[in-house]
Amino acid sequence: MKKEGKEQIWKDYQKEIPDNDFFYVRSCIRQNLFPASEVIFLKILREELGRNVFETPHHTTCGGIGYHSDIVPMETMMTIIARQFSLMTEAGFENYACSCITSFGLYSEVLETWHHFPKVLEKVRKDLKEATGREFKLPKTLSHASDVIYKVRHEIAEKAKYKLINKHTGKPLKVVEHIGCHYSKMFPNKGVGGAEYPYVLTGMVEAWGGEIIDYPERRHCCGFGFRQYLVQANRGYSLANTHKKFESMEPFEPDMIITNCPGCPFFLDRWQYVIAETEGKTYGGKNQGIPVFTYEEVAGMVLGYDPWDLGLQVHQIAVEPLLDKVGIPYNSETKYLGLDGKNLGKPELPKNICSC
Amino acid sequence: MKKLYDRLADDIRFQEGMNACINCGTCTAICPAAEFYDYDPRRVVDLVQSKNEEEIEKLLRDDTIWFCGECMSCVTRCPRKNAPGLIIMAMRSLSQDLGYFTDSEKGRQQLALKRSIGKMILETGYCLYRRWVTPEAHPEGGPIWKWSFENVDDLYERLGCNLDGEGTGVLRKIPQQDLDELKRIFEVTGGMDRYEKIETYSAQKADEMGISIDDYITKSFLGV
Repeated sequence: MKKEGKEQIWKDYQKEIPDNDFFYVRSCIRQNLFPASEVIFLKILREELGRNVFETPHHTTCGGIGYHSDIVPMETMMTIIARQFSLMTEAGFENYACSCITSFGLYSEVLETWHHFPKVLEKVRKDLKEATGREFKLPKTLSHASDVIYKVRHEIAEKAKYKLINKHTGKPLKVVEHIGCHYSKMFPNKGVGGAEYPYVLTGMVEAWGGEIIDYPERRHCCGFGFRQYLVQANRGYSLANTHKKFESMEPFEPDMIITNCPGCPFFLDRWQYVIAETEGKTYGGKNQGIPVFTYEEVAGMVLGYDPWDLGLQVHQIAVEPLLDKVGIPYNSETKYLGLDGKNLGKPELPKNICSC
Repeated sequence: MKKLYDRLADDIRFQEGMNACINCGTCTAICPAAEFYDYDPRRVVDLVQSKNEEEIEKLLRDDTIWFCGECMSCVTRCPRKNAPGLIIMAMRSLSQDLGYFTDSEKGRQQLALKRSIGKMILETGYCLYRRWVTPEAHPEGGPIWKWSFENVDDLYERLGCNLDGEGTGVLRKIPQQDLDELKRIFEVTGGMDRYEKIETYSAQKADEMGISIDDYITKSFLGV
Protein backbone atom coordinates (compact mmCIF):
# COMPACT_ATOMS: atom_id res chain seq x y z
CA MET A 1 0.00 0.00 0.00
CA LYS A 2 1.16 3.54 -0.72
CA LYS A 3 2.36 5.62 2.23
CA GLU A 4 -0.56 8.07 1.83
CA GLY A 5 -3.04 5.22 2.19
CA LYS A 6 -1.37 3.99 5.35
CA GLU A 7 -1.35 7.46 6.82
CA GLN A 8 -5.11 7.67 6.28
CA ILE A 9 -5.56 4.32 8.05
CA TRP A 10 -3.32 5.48 10.88
CA LYS A 11 -5.50 8.58 11.28
CA ASP A 12 -8.59 6.39 11.51
CA TYR A 13 -7.09 4.29 14.29
CA GLN A 14 -5.84 6.64 16.97
CA LYS A 15 -6.41 6.02 20.64
CA GLU A 16 -6.21 8.04 23.80
CA ILE A 17 -2.85 7.49 25.49
CA PRO A 18 -2.46 9.43 28.73
CA ASP A 19 0.66 11.45 29.31
CA ASN A 20 1.24 10.58 32.94
CA ASP A 21 0.14 8.70 36.09
CA PHE A 22 0.16 5.05 35.08
CA PHE A 23 -0.72 1.95 37.07
CA TYR A 24 1.85 -0.44 35.61
CA VAL A 25 1.37 -4.19 35.45
CA ARG A 26 4.24 -6.48 34.55
CA SER A 27 4.38 -9.31 32.03
CA CYS A 28 5.18 -12.89 33.07
CA ILE A 29 6.84 -13.61 29.75
CA ARG A 30 8.82 -10.36 29.45
CA GLN A 31 10.15 -10.65 33.01
CA ASN A 32 11.37 -14.17 32.38
CA LEU A 33 12.69 -13.91 28.84
CA PHE A 34 13.93 -10.30 28.60
CA PRO A 35 14.33 -9.42 32.27
CA ALA A 36 16.01 -6.04 31.81
CA SER A 37 13.35 -4.61 29.48
CA GLU A 38 10.88 -3.65 32.21
CA VAL A 39 13.73 -2.24 34.32
CA ILE A 40 14.64 -0.01 31.37
CA PHE A 41 11.03 0.97 30.72
CA LEU A 42 10.65 2.28 34.26
CA LYS A 43 14.04 3.98 34.21
CA ILE A 44 13.21 5.84 31.00
CA LEU A 45 9.75 6.88 32.12
CA ARG A 46 10.64 7.83 35.67
CA GLU A 47 14.23 9.04 35.54
CA GLU A 48 14.62 10.34 31.99
CA LEU A 49 11.15 11.75 31.43
CA GLY A 50 9.84 12.41 34.93
CA ARG A 51 6.62 10.43 34.63
CA ASN A 52 4.72 8.92 37.53
CA VAL A 53 4.47 5.14 37.11
CA PHE A 54 3.11 3.16 40.03
CA GLU A 55 3.54 -0.56 40.56
CA THR A 56 2.29 -2.84 43.29
CA PRO A 57 3.88 -6.06 44.52
CA HIS A 58 0.39 -7.54 44.83
CA HIS A 59 -0.63 -8.08 41.22
CA THR A 60 -0.37 -11.56 39.73
CA THR A 61 -0.42 -13.04 36.27
CA CYS A 62 -3.59 -12.18 34.38
CA GLY A 63 -3.77 -15.91 33.61
CA GLY A 64 -3.50 -15.20 29.88
CA ILE A 65 -1.16 -18.00 28.89
CA GLY A 66 -3.37 -20.43 30.83
CA TYR A 67 -6.52 -18.97 29.27
CA HIS A 68 -5.16 -19.29 25.74
CA SER A 69 -3.93 -22.79 26.55
CA ASP A 70 -7.56 -23.43 27.49
CA ILE A 71 -6.80 -24.68 30.99
CA VAL A 72 -8.17 -21.50 32.61
CA PRO A 73 -11.88 -20.72 32.04
CA MET A 74 -12.99 -17.32 30.84
CA GLU A 75 -14.83 -16.59 34.10
CA THR A 76 -11.64 -17.20 36.08
CA MET A 77 -9.53 -15.03 33.78
CA MET A 78 -12.08 -12.19 33.96
CA THR A 79 -12.12 -12.29 37.75
CA ILE A 80 -8.31 -12.25 37.96
CA ILE A 81 -8.40 -9.16 35.76
CA ALA A 82 -11.07 -7.65 37.99
CA ARG A 83 -8.70 -8.18 40.91
CA GLN A 84 -5.94 -6.29 39.07
CA PHE A 85 -8.41 -3.43 38.51
CA SER A 86 -9.22 -3.56 42.21
CA LEU A 87 -5.53 -3.01 43.00
CA MET A 88 -5.53 -0.05 40.60
CA THR A 89 -8.64 1.39 42.25
CA GLU A 90 -7.11 0.91 45.69
CA ALA A 91 -3.97 2.78 44.61
CA GLY A 92 -6.03 5.69 43.25
CA PHE A 93 -5.09 5.35 39.58
CA GLU A 94 -7.23 5.18 36.45
CA ASN A 95 -4.67 4.84 33.65
CA TYR A 96 -3.90 1.14 33.35
CA ALA A 97 -0.71 0.20 31.46
CA CYS A 98 0.37 -3.38 30.93
CA SER A 99 3.63 -4.82 29.67
CA CYS A 100 2.23 -7.92 27.97
CA ILE A 101 0.44 -8.17 24.63
CA THR A 102 -1.49 -11.30 25.63
CA SER A 103 -2.68 -9.40 28.70
CA PHE A 104 -3.47 -6.32 26.61
CA GLY A 105 -5.59 -8.44 24.29
CA LEU A 106 -7.41 -9.92 27.26
CA TYR A 107 -8.00 -6.59 28.95
CA SER A 108 -9.41 -5.30 25.67
CA GLU A 109 -11.60 -8.40 25.27
CA VAL A 110 -12.83 -8.26 28.85
CA LEU A 111 -13.65 -4.55 28.79
CA GLU A 112 -15.54 -5.00 25.50
CA THR A 113 -17.39 -8.01 26.90
CA TRP A 114 -18.39 -6.15 30.03
CA HIS A 115 -19.49 -3.18 27.93
CA HIS A 116 -21.75 -5.30 25.74
CA PHE A 117 -22.86 -7.76 28.43
CA PRO A 118 -23.41 -5.79 31.66
CA LYS A 119 -24.74 -8.92 33.38
CA VAL A 120 -21.36 -10.57 32.93
CA LEU A 121 -19.73 -7.60 34.65
CA GLU A 122 -22.27 -7.87 37.44
CA LYS A 123 -21.43 -11.56 37.89
CA VAL A 124 -17.69 -10.86 37.92
CA ARG A 125 -18.17 -8.18 40.58
CA LYS A 126 -20.11 -10.69 42.68
CA ASP A 127 -17.51 -13.45 42.18
CA LEU A 128 -14.60 -11.17 43.04
CA LYS A 129 -16.37 -9.96 46.17
CA GLU A 130 -17.10 -13.51 47.23
CA ALA A 131 -13.57 -14.71 46.55
CA THR A 132 -11.56 -11.79 47.91
CA GLY A 133 -13.92 -9.19 49.41
CA ARG A 134 -12.66 -6.76 46.77
CA GLU A 135 -14.46 -4.17 44.64
CA PHE A 136 -13.19 -2.30 41.61
CA LYS A 137 -13.67 0.55 39.16
CA LEU A 138 -12.98 0.20 35.46
CA PRO A 139 -9.89 1.94 34.15
CA LYS A 140 -10.39 5.22 32.33
CA THR A 141 -7.69 4.31 29.81
CA LEU A 142 -5.96 1.10 28.79
CA SER A 143 -2.49 1.28 27.26
CA HIS A 144 0.06 -1.26 26.31
CA ALA A 145 3.49 -0.19 27.58
CA SER A 146 4.55 0.33 23.95
CA ASP A 147 1.71 2.84 23.55
CA VAL A 148 3.33 4.82 26.34
CA ILE A 149 6.76 4.72 24.69
CA TYR A 150 5.08 5.68 21.40
CA LYS A 151 3.52 8.66 23.17
CA VAL A 152 6.93 9.88 24.40
CA ARG A 153 8.92 8.83 21.34
CA HIS A 154 9.81 12.39 20.34
CA GLU A 155 11.00 13.20 23.86
CA ILE A 156 13.24 10.15 23.66
CA ALA A 157 14.45 11.32 20.24
CA GLU A 158 15.36 14.70 21.73
CA LYS A 159 17.50 13.04 24.41
CA ALA A 160 18.91 10.37 22.10
CA LYS A 161 22.67 9.92 21.77
CA TYR A 162 22.33 7.65 18.77
CA LYS A 163 20.03 7.35 15.80
CA LEU A 164 18.92 4.25 13.95
CA ILE A 165 21.25 5.20 11.13
CA ASN A 166 24.09 3.22 9.63
CA LYS A 167 27.12 5.31 10.50
CA HIS A 168 29.09 3.85 7.59
CA THR A 169 26.56 4.74 4.89
CA GLY A 170 24.60 7.54 6.57
CA LYS A 171 21.40 5.75 5.59
CA PRO A 172 18.50 4.83 7.91
CA LEU A 173 18.63 1.30 9.26
CA LYS A 174 16.18 -1.04 7.60
CA VAL A 175 13.92 -2.24 10.38
CA VAL A 176 11.35 -5.03 10.50
CA GLU A 177 8.62 -4.36 13.05
CA HIS A 178 6.62 -7.20 14.57
CA ILE A 179 3.53 -6.19 16.46
CA GLY A 180 2.24 -9.37 18.11
CA CYS A 181 -1.16 -10.70 17.11
CA HIS A 182 -3.12 -9.80 20.22
CA TYR A 183 -2.18 -6.12 20.13
CA SER A 184 -4.86 -5.21 17.62
CA LYS A 185 -6.01 -8.15 15.48
CA MET A 186 -9.06 -8.69 17.69
CA PHE A 187 -9.84 -5.05 18.40
CA PRO A 188 -8.19 -2.83 15.78
CA ASN A 189 -9.41 0.36 17.43
CA LYS A 190 -7.51 -0.48 20.63
CA GLY A 191 -4.11 -0.28 18.92
CA VAL A 192 -2.31 2.72 17.44
CA GLY A 193 -2.81 2.48 13.69
CA GLY A 194 -5.23 -0.47 13.73
CA ALA A 195 -4.61 -4.08 12.78
CA GLU A 196 -3.47 -4.03 9.18
CA TYR A 197 -0.91 -1.22 9.41
CA PRO A 198 -0.25 -0.69 13.11
CA TYR A 199 1.85 2.37 13.75
CA VAL A 200 2.99 1.93 17.32
CA LEU A 201 6.47 0.56 16.53
CA THR A 202 6.72 2.27 13.15
CA GLY A 203 6.22 5.60 14.92
CA MET A 204 9.11 4.85 17.29
CA VAL A 205 11.44 3.70 14.51
CA GLU A 206 10.70 6.74 12.35
CA ALA A 207 11.17 9.12 15.29
CA TRP A 208 14.53 7.54 16.08
CA GLY A 209 15.88 7.70 12.53
CA GLY A 210 15.16 4.26 11.07
CA GLU A 211 13.12 3.09 8.11
CA ILE A 212 10.45 0.40 8.22
CA ILE A 213 10.47 -2.51 5.80
CA ASP A 214 7.11 -3.52 4.38
CA TYR A 215 7.43 -7.20 3.50
CA PRO A 216 4.76 -9.73 2.49
CA GLU A 217 4.47 -11.63 5.78
CA ARG A 218 4.73 -8.56 7.99
CA ARG A 219 1.48 -9.32 9.79
CA HIS A 220 2.00 -13.08 10.08
CA CYS A 221 2.10 -14.61 13.56
CA CYS A 222 5.55 -15.29 15.07
CA GLY A 223 4.29 -18.80 15.71
CA PHE A 224 3.85 -18.86 19.48
CA GLY A 225 0.35 -20.30 19.21
CA PHE A 226 0.29 -20.98 22.98
CA ARG A 227 -0.16 -24.79 23.14
CA GLN A 228 1.63 -25.01 19.79
CA TYR A 229 4.86 -23.90 21.44
CA LEU A 230 4.30 -24.85 25.06
CA VAL A 231 3.88 -28.54 24.23
CA GLN A 232 7.14 -29.89 22.86
CA ALA A 233 5.41 -32.18 20.36
CA ASN A 234 3.81 -29.16 18.66
CA ARG A 235 6.82 -26.88 18.38
CA GLY A 236 7.25 -27.49 14.66
CA TYR A 237 4.23 -25.20 14.24
CA SER A 238 6.09 -22.39 15.96
CA LEU A 239 9.28 -22.94 13.99
CA ALA A 240 7.42 -23.15 10.66
CA ASN A 241 5.73 -19.80 11.24
CA THR A 242 8.94 -18.01 12.15
CA HIS A 243 10.67 -19.64 9.17
CA LYS A 244 7.97 -18.30 6.85
CA LYS A 245 8.49 -14.78 8.14
CA PHE A 246 12.26 -14.90 7.76
CA GLU A 247 12.06 -16.28 4.23
CA SER A 248 9.72 -13.41 3.41
CA MET A 249 11.81 -10.64 4.97
CA GLU A 250 15.23 -11.93 3.80
CA PRO A 251 15.23 -10.29 0.32
CA PHE A 252 14.78 -6.87 1.98
CA GLU A 253 18.02 -7.33 3.96
CA PRO A 254 16.80 -5.98 7.30
CA ASP A 255 19.35 -4.66 9.77
CA MET A 256 17.24 -5.47 12.80
CA ILE A 257 13.82 -6.44 14.12
CA ILE A 258 11.86 -4.52 16.76
CA THR A 259 9.07 -6.28 18.60
CA ASN A 260 6.03 -5.35 20.67
CA CYS A 261 5.04 -8.58 22.37
CA PRO A 262 7.19 -10.20 25.08
CA GLY A 263 7.19 -13.68 23.51
CA CYS A 264 7.72 -12.84 19.83
CA PRO A 265 11.36 -11.65 20.23
CA PHE A 266 12.22 -14.96 21.87
CA PHE A 267 10.82 -16.99 18.98
CA LEU A 268 12.24 -14.72 16.29
CA ASP A 269 15.63 -14.89 18.02
CA ARG A 270 15.76 -18.55 19.00
CA TRP A 271 14.23 -20.10 15.90
CA GLN A 272 16.93 -18.33 13.83
CA TYR A 273 19.43 -20.22 15.97
CA VAL A 274 17.59 -23.51 15.40
CA ILE A 275 17.31 -22.95 11.63
CA ALA A 276 21.04 -22.16 11.50
CA GLU A 277 22.05 -25.18 13.55
CA THR A 278 19.77 -27.64 11.77
CA GLU A 279 19.81 -26.34 8.20
CA GLY A 280 22.89 -24.13 8.11
CA LYS A 281 20.77 -21.23 6.91
CA THR A 282 21.28 -17.71 8.29
CA TYR A 283 19.37 -14.56 7.40
CA GLY A 284 21.83 -11.78 8.18
CA GLY A 285 24.67 -12.83 5.89
CA LYS A 286 27.27 -15.54 6.39
CA ASN A 287 27.04 -16.92 9.93
CA GLN A 288 25.02 -13.89 11.00
CA GLY A 289 21.42 -13.61 12.12
CA ILE A 290 19.13 -10.62 12.15
CA PRO A 291 19.25 -9.16 15.68
CA VAL A 292 15.88 -8.99 17.41
CA PHE A 293 15.02 -6.40 20.07
CA THR A 294 12.24 -5.40 22.40
CA TYR A 295 11.09 -1.79 21.98
CA GLU A 296 12.43 -0.99 25.47
CA GLU A 297 15.88 -2.21 24.40
CA VAL A 298 15.78 -0.05 21.27
CA ALA A 299 14.74 2.99 23.31
CA GLY A 300 17.60 2.27 25.71
CA MET A 301 20.06 1.88 22.83
CA VAL A 302 19.25 5.23 21.26
CA LEU A 303 19.46 6.85 24.71
CA GLY A 304 22.99 5.50 25.00
CA TYR A 305 22.60 2.93 27.79
CA ASP A 306 25.25 0.25 28.12
CA PRO A 307 24.07 -2.67 25.94
CA TRP A 308 24.74 -5.14 28.75
CA ASP A 309 22.60 -3.06 31.16
CA LEU A 310 19.82 -3.50 28.59
CA GLY A 311 20.15 -7.29 28.83
CA LEU A 312 21.29 -7.75 25.24
CA GLN A 313 23.56 -10.57 26.40
CA VAL A 314 20.53 -12.83 26.83
CA HIS A 315 19.88 -12.78 23.08
CA GLN A 316 21.07 -15.81 21.15
CA ILE A 317 21.60 -13.85 17.92
CA ALA A 318 24.59 -11.53 18.21
CA VAL A 319 23.68 -7.87 18.62
CA GLU A 320 27.22 -6.58 18.12
CA PRO A 321 26.98 -6.18 14.31
CA LEU A 322 24.02 -3.85 14.81
CA LEU A 323 25.79 -1.93 17.60
CA ASP A 324 28.77 -1.50 15.25
CA LYS A 325 26.55 -0.21 12.45
CA VAL A 326 25.05 2.46 14.71
CA GLY A 327 28.32 3.20 16.49
CA ILE A 328 27.17 2.25 19.97
CA PRO A 329 30.21 1.37 22.11
CA TYR A 330 30.36 -1.88 24.08
CA ASN A 331 32.91 -3.88 25.98
CA SER A 332 33.07 -7.51 24.86
CA GLU A 333 34.97 -8.42 28.00
CA THR A 334 32.09 -7.47 30.31
CA LYS A 335 29.27 -9.03 28.30
CA TYR A 336 28.83 -12.13 30.39
CA LEU A 337 29.88 -10.79 33.78
CA GLY A 338 27.66 -10.58 36.84
CA LEU A 339 27.37 -7.77 39.34
CA ASP A 340 30.71 -6.20 40.35
CA GLY A 341 32.45 -8.12 37.60
CA LYS A 342 31.66 -11.57 38.96
CA ASN A 343 32.73 -14.28 36.53
CA LEU A 344 29.69 -16.23 35.36
CA GLY A 345 31.53 -18.27 32.76
CA LYS A 346 30.53 -18.05 29.11
CA PRO A 347 27.85 -19.77 27.07
CA GLU A 348 28.91 -22.31 24.49
CA LEU A 349 29.19 -21.05 20.92
CA PRO A 350 26.76 -22.33 18.31
CA LYS A 351 28.26 -24.02 15.23
CA ASN A 352 26.65 -22.08 12.42
CA ILE A 353 25.64 -18.68 13.71
CA CYS A 354 27.41 -15.93 15.66
CA SER A 355 26.22 -15.21 19.17
CA CYS A 356 28.89 -12.66 20.06
CA MET B 1 -29.04 -33.69 28.27
CA LYS B 2 -28.84 -30.26 26.68
CA LYS B 3 -27.80 -30.32 23.01
CA LEU B 4 -24.13 -29.71 22.30
CA TYR B 5 -24.92 -26.77 20.05
CA ASP B 6 -27.01 -25.18 22.77
CA ARG B 7 -24.22 -25.69 25.28
CA LEU B 8 -21.81 -23.97 22.92
CA ALA B 9 -24.32 -21.17 22.47
CA ASP B 10 -24.24 -20.56 26.23
CA ASP B 11 -20.61 -19.53 25.91
CA ILE B 12 -20.32 -15.79 25.45
CA ARG B 13 -17.37 -16.27 23.09
CA PHE B 14 -19.55 -18.38 20.85
CA GLN B 15 -22.28 -15.74 20.90
CA GLU B 16 -19.70 -13.13 19.90
CA GLY B 17 -17.89 -15.32 17.41
CA MET B 18 -20.67 -17.08 15.53
CA ASN B 19 -22.66 -14.81 13.27
CA ALA B 20 -23.59 -16.04 9.82
CA CYS B 21 -20.64 -17.73 8.12
CA ILE B 22 -20.77 -17.35 4.34
CA ASN B 23 -18.08 -19.98 3.76
CA CYS B 24 -15.79 -17.60 1.93
CA GLY B 25 -12.67 -19.24 3.43
CA THR B 26 -10.91 -15.99 4.26
CA CYS B 27 -10.21 -17.34 7.75
CA THR B 28 -8.51 -20.41 6.30
CA ALA B 29 -6.46 -18.28 3.93
CA ILE B 30 -5.05 -16.18 6.77
CA CYS B 31 -4.75 -18.99 9.35
CA PRO B 32 -1.18 -19.97 10.39
CA ALA B 33 -2.49 -23.32 11.68
CA ALA B 34 -4.10 -24.12 8.32
CA GLU B 35 -0.68 -23.88 6.69
CA PHE B 36 0.92 -26.23 9.15
CA TYR B 37 -1.79 -28.75 10.02
CA ASP B 38 -4.58 -30.36 8.06
CA TYR B 39 -6.84 -27.70 9.50
CA ASP B 40 -9.60 -25.65 7.94
CA PRO B 41 -11.40 -23.17 10.22
CA ARG B 42 -13.96 -22.51 7.49
CA ARG B 43 -15.04 -26.13 7.67
CA VAL B 44 -15.19 -26.09 11.47
CA VAL B 45 -17.43 -23.02 11.52
CA ASP B 46 -19.60 -24.47 8.77
CA LEU B 47 -20.06 -27.77 10.59
CA VAL B 48 -20.92 -26.03 13.83
CA GLN B 49 -23.43 -23.66 12.28
CA SER B 50 -25.14 -26.65 10.65
CA LYS B 51 -26.15 -27.62 14.24
CA ASN B 52 -25.52 -31.26 13.35
CA GLU B 53 -25.04 -32.81 16.78
CA GLU B 54 -23.20 -35.86 15.49
CA GLU B 55 -20.69 -33.73 13.60
CA ILE B 56 -20.22 -31.39 16.55
CA GLU B 57 -19.51 -34.32 18.86
CA LYS B 58 -16.99 -35.71 16.37
CA LEU B 59 -15.20 -32.36 16.41
CA LEU B 60 -15.19 -32.20 20.19
CA ARG B 61 -13.50 -35.61 20.27
CA ASP B 62 -11.08 -34.87 17.43
CA ASP B 63 -7.58 -33.40 17.07
CA THR B 64 -8.99 -30.70 14.76
CA ILE B 65 -10.10 -28.29 17.47
CA TRP B 66 -6.65 -28.37 19.09
CA PHE B 67 -4.76 -27.21 15.98
CA CYS B 68 -5.66 -23.51 16.32
CA GLY B 69 -2.94 -21.23 17.78
CA GLU B 70 -5.49 -18.65 19.00
CA CYS B 71 -3.62 -15.86 17.22
CA MET B 72 -7.02 -14.46 16.18
CA SER B 73 -5.82 -13.44 12.71
CA CYS B 74 -9.17 -14.78 11.48
CA VAL B 75 -11.05 -12.19 13.55
CA THR B 76 -9.45 -9.28 11.73
CA ARG B 77 -10.22 -10.53 8.27
CA CYS B 78 -13.65 -12.20 8.45
CA PRO B 79 -16.00 -10.09 6.33
CA ARG B 80 -18.98 -11.13 8.45
CA LYS B 81 -17.35 -10.48 11.82
CA ASN B 82 -17.25 -14.12 12.81
CA ALA B 83 -14.45 -15.22 15.11
CA PRO B 84 -13.47 -18.82 14.38
CA GLY B 85 -10.77 -18.54 17.07
CA LEU B 86 -13.38 -17.75 19.71
CA ILE B 87 -15.62 -20.59 18.47
CA ILE B 88 -12.65 -22.94 18.87
CA MET B 89 -12.10 -21.69 22.42
CA ALA B 90 -15.74 -22.38 23.29
CA MET B 91 -15.41 -25.87 21.78
CA ARG B 92 -12.24 -26.61 23.73
CA SER B 93 -13.97 -25.59 26.95
CA LEU B 94 -16.94 -27.85 26.22
CA SER B 95 -14.67 -30.73 25.18
CA GLN B 96 -12.93 -30.50 28.55
CA ASP B 97 -16.21 -30.17 30.47
CA LEU B 98 -17.46 -33.38 28.88
CA GLY B 99 -14.16 -35.27 28.97
CA TYR B 100 -14.14 -35.68 25.17
CA PHE B 101 -10.68 -34.10 24.91
CA THR B 102 -8.95 -37.31 25.98
CA ASP B 103 -10.15 -39.05 22.80
CA SER B 104 -7.64 -37.14 20.68
CA GLU B 105 -3.85 -37.10 20.79
CA LYS B 106 -3.73 -33.29 20.80
CA GLY B 107 -6.52 -33.04 23.36
CA ARG B 108 -4.60 -35.30 25.73
CA GLN B 109 -1.88 -32.63 25.86
CA GLN B 110 -4.12 -30.61 28.19
CA LEU B 111 -2.84 -32.54 31.20
CA ALA B 112 0.76 -31.54 30.48
CA LEU B 113 -0.36 -27.92 30.14
CA LYS B 114 -2.34 -28.08 33.37
CA ARG B 115 0.58 -29.58 35.25
CA SER B 116 3.08 -27.02 33.90
CA ILE B 117 1.40 -23.67 33.20
CA GLY B 118 -1.48 -24.43 35.57
CA LYS B 119 0.90 -25.29 38.38
CA MET B 120 3.04 -22.19 37.85
CA ILE B 121 0.00 -19.91 37.94
CA LEU B 122 -1.27 -21.15 41.29
CA GLU B 123 2.06 -21.80 43.01
CA THR B 124 4.05 -18.76 41.88
CA GLY B 125 1.47 -16.27 40.59
CA TYR B 126 3.24 -16.23 37.20
CA CYS B 127 2.32 -18.03 33.99
CA LEU B 128 6.00 -18.79 33.63
CA TYR B 129 8.57 -19.22 36.36
CA ARG B 130 12.18 -18.97 35.26
CA ARG B 131 13.61 -21.60 37.58
CA TRP B 132 11.21 -24.24 36.25
CA VAL B 133 11.80 -23.62 32.54
CA THR B 134 14.72 -25.95 32.05
CA PRO B 135 17.12 -26.07 29.10
CA GLU B 136 16.30 -29.77 28.75
CA ALA B 137 12.63 -29.02 28.02
CA HIS B 138 13.61 -26.07 25.82
CA PRO B 139 16.61 -27.03 23.69
CA GLU B 140 15.62 -24.33 21.19
CA GLY B 141 16.63 -21.81 23.87
CA GLY B 142 20.20 -22.56 22.86
CA PRO B 143 23.43 -22.10 24.79
CA ILE B 144 22.37 -18.67 26.06
CA TRP B 145 19.26 -20.11 27.68
CA LYS B 146 21.38 -22.80 29.35
CA TRP B 147 23.95 -20.26 30.55
CA SER B 148 21.30 -17.87 31.88
CA PHE B 149 19.47 -20.77 33.56
CA GLU B 150 22.65 -21.86 35.32
CA ASN B 151 23.48 -18.30 36.40
CA VAL B 152 19.97 -17.04 36.96
CA ASP B 153 20.51 -15.48 40.40
CA ASP B 154 23.67 -13.59 39.48
CA LEU B 155 22.54 -12.63 36.00
CA TYR B 156 19.12 -11.35 36.99
CA GLU B 157 20.62 -9.40 39.89
CA ARG B 158 23.10 -7.80 37.48
CA LEU B 159 20.16 -6.81 35.24
CA GLY B 160 18.36 -5.04 38.08
CA CYS B 161 15.72 -7.70 38.78
CA ASN B 162 14.31 -8.75 42.13
CA LEU B 163 14.11 -12.51 41.58
CA ASP B 164 12.11 -14.08 44.41
CA GLY B 165 12.62 -10.94 46.49
CA GLU B 166 10.21 -8.97 48.65
CA GLY B 167 8.49 -5.83 47.33
CA THR B 168 8.20 -4.72 43.73
CA GLY B 169 10.44 -5.41 40.75
CA VAL B 170 11.05 -7.94 38.02
CA LEU B 171 10.17 -11.51 39.07
CA ARG B 172 9.53 -10.52 42.68
CA LYS B 173 8.08 -13.18 44.95
CA ILE B 174 4.34 -12.77 44.88
CA PRO B 175 3.11 -12.59 48.50
CA GLN B 176 1.22 -15.58 49.89
CA GLN B 177 -1.87 -13.48 50.62
CA ASP B 178 -2.12 -12.69 46.89
CA LEU B 179 -1.64 -16.33 45.92
CA ASP B 180 -4.40 -17.20 48.37
CA GLU B 181 -6.72 -14.70 46.69
CA LEU B 182 -5.81 -16.13 43.29
CA LYS B 183 -6.61 -19.64 44.45
CA ARG B 184 -9.90 -18.49 45.92
CA ILE B 185 -10.80 -16.91 42.57
CA PHE B 186 -10.10 -20.26 40.91
CA GLU B 187 -12.37 -21.98 43.42
CA VAL B 188 -15.26 -19.55 43.03
CA THR B 189 -15.18 -19.18 39.23
CA GLY B 190 -14.67 -22.73 37.99
CA GLY B 191 -10.90 -22.65 37.50
CA MET B 192 -10.31 -25.36 40.05
CA ASP B 193 -13.15 -27.40 38.62
CA ARG B 194 -11.47 -27.23 35.17
CA TYR B 195 -8.15 -28.38 36.67
CA GLU B 196 -9.87 -31.28 38.43
CA LYS B 197 -11.73 -32.35 35.29
CA ILE B 198 -8.51 -32.39 33.29
CA GLU B 199 -6.89 -34.57 35.97
CA THR B 200 -9.85 -36.93 36.39
CA TYR B 201 -10.62 -37.54 32.71
CA SER B 202 -6.90 -37.92 31.93
CA ALA B 203 -6.46 -40.51 34.69
CA GLN B 204 -9.44 -42.44 33.32
CA LYS B 205 -7.96 -42.36 29.82
CA ALA B 206 -4.53 -43.46 31.02
CA ASP B 207 -6.21 -46.44 32.71
CA GLU B 208 -8.08 -47.22 29.53
CA MET B 209 -4.81 -47.04 27.55
CA GLY B 210 -3.11 -49.26 30.11
CA ILE B 211 -0.32 -46.79 30.87
CA SER B 212 0.75 -44.84 33.94
CA ILE B 213 -0.18 -41.18 34.22
CA ASP B 214 3.50 -40.24 33.90
CA ASP B 215 3.77 -42.16 30.63
CA TYR B 216 0.52 -40.54 29.49
CA ILE B 217 2.05 -37.09 30.02
CA THR B 218 5.35 -38.02 28.40
CA LYS B 219 3.60 -39.47 25.36
CA SER B 220 1.38 -36.44 24.86
CA PHE B 221 4.03 -33.81 25.66
CA LEU B 222 6.74 -35.31 23.49
CA GLY B 223 4.44 -36.83 20.88
CA VAL B 224 6.11 -40.22 21.12
